[in-house]
Amino acid sequence: MERVPIIKIGQILYVSIQIDLQDDSVLQLQEDLADELVATRARGVIIDITAVEIVDSFIGRMLTMIGSMSRLFDAETVLVGMRPAVAITLTELGLTLGGVRTALNAEKGMRLLGSL
Amino acid sequence: MDTAGQHRKIAEFLRDNQEKLLPRWAELASSSGGYSSADALRSELSDIYELLIRAVSEADDSAAGELNAALGELSRSRAREGATPGETALSVFTLKDAVYELAGDAPDMVPVFLTFTRLIDNLGLHTFEVYAAAREQIITDQAESMLELSTPVVRLWDGIIAVPLVGTLDSARTQLVMEKMLEALVASGSDHAVIDITGVPTVDTEVAQHLLKTVQAARLLGAECTISGIRPQIAHTIVSLGIEFGDIATKATLADALAHALKRAGLRVGPA
Repeated sequence: MERVPIIKIGQILYVSIQIDLQDDSVLQLQEDLADELVATRARGVIIDITAVEIVDSFIGRMLTMIGSMSRLFDAETVLVGMRPAVAITLTELGLTLGGVRTALNAEKGMRLLGSL
Repeated sequence: MDTAGQHRKIAEFLRDNQEKLLPRWAELASSSGGYSSADALRSELSDIYELLIRAVSEADDSAAGELNAALGELSRSRAREGATPGETALSVFTLKDAVYELAGDAPDMVPVFLTFTRLIDNLGLHTFEVYAAAREQIITDQAESMLELSTPVVRLWDGIIAVPLVGTLDSARTQLVMEKMLEALVASGSDHAVIDITGVPTVDTEVAQHLLKTVQAARLLGAECTISGIRPQIAHTIVSLGIEFGDIATKATLADALAHALKRAGLRVGPA
């Protein structure tokens, strides 16, 4: 199973997803992220999905769960770089990713978290 | 007599009486209406006549294909001259009259004539089908180009784009609008979009649903959407239907929406 690396930049955890998301790698990411949030006491999480071309309802739900989980550690989650096709798919599935904020790219996402 | 035998007999008859049949056919066909040039008609009909003889006598595929192509050409050239498809088909059918005038009285020719009639009917119908297919193609092309033309995405300001919608919104069109708008948002790095529906004649629950989906998809990208150009009657319809736009910003005019977007971007326009 491929693991998604988590990079700490200042007070922010930056997660760039470069692989085709499988269910188990998303679950692993969720665990890793929780550990990392506790260890680093980061204020924000940026999940960059520029390279993600396919999502399903499970992945969509996991992204929302990561958002809710981060909030428990007082960190805000911003999802950045979503492709139009992915956005359309999620909308058609009825997933609006309630607790997660979104931004067009990583730069705007960092500005949103007030760290630029 | 079997079909092949009948076909042989037809071919023989057509070949033997070509001098009499062909002019008579041209004469009858031109009286069926719509022709501008009798010479052009005669040459086209004589081509078809030759091919018909070949197709019937040899019963090979190449002649039948050529015959169909010639009929298609006849159908197209007649349509250009303004003839209706019915007139074109009728002019093909008149060959039956010409043949009947010559051979109708002989009793042993009746079954052959019936086979011949069936053949000619198919040819006439083919011209009709070609005409219908050509029309269908034109309609499809126009619908496609209309769809392309009707969904421009314009840049209003740095980071603000607008999608002026004109005409009725259906599922296919909304899908296209949604795709184009989202792609433009990503390509231009804009975080605000204005959907202007001034030119949309009616808004029903379906259209509203489509608009909501577009706004939600834009939000997932990290962009904010404003809907503008809601005319009084439309506002009335929306309220009567009980459609809720929720927390989506709606403005009366495109100017208001632009002002709103500028404010969101932290910009202010004032007197110079």
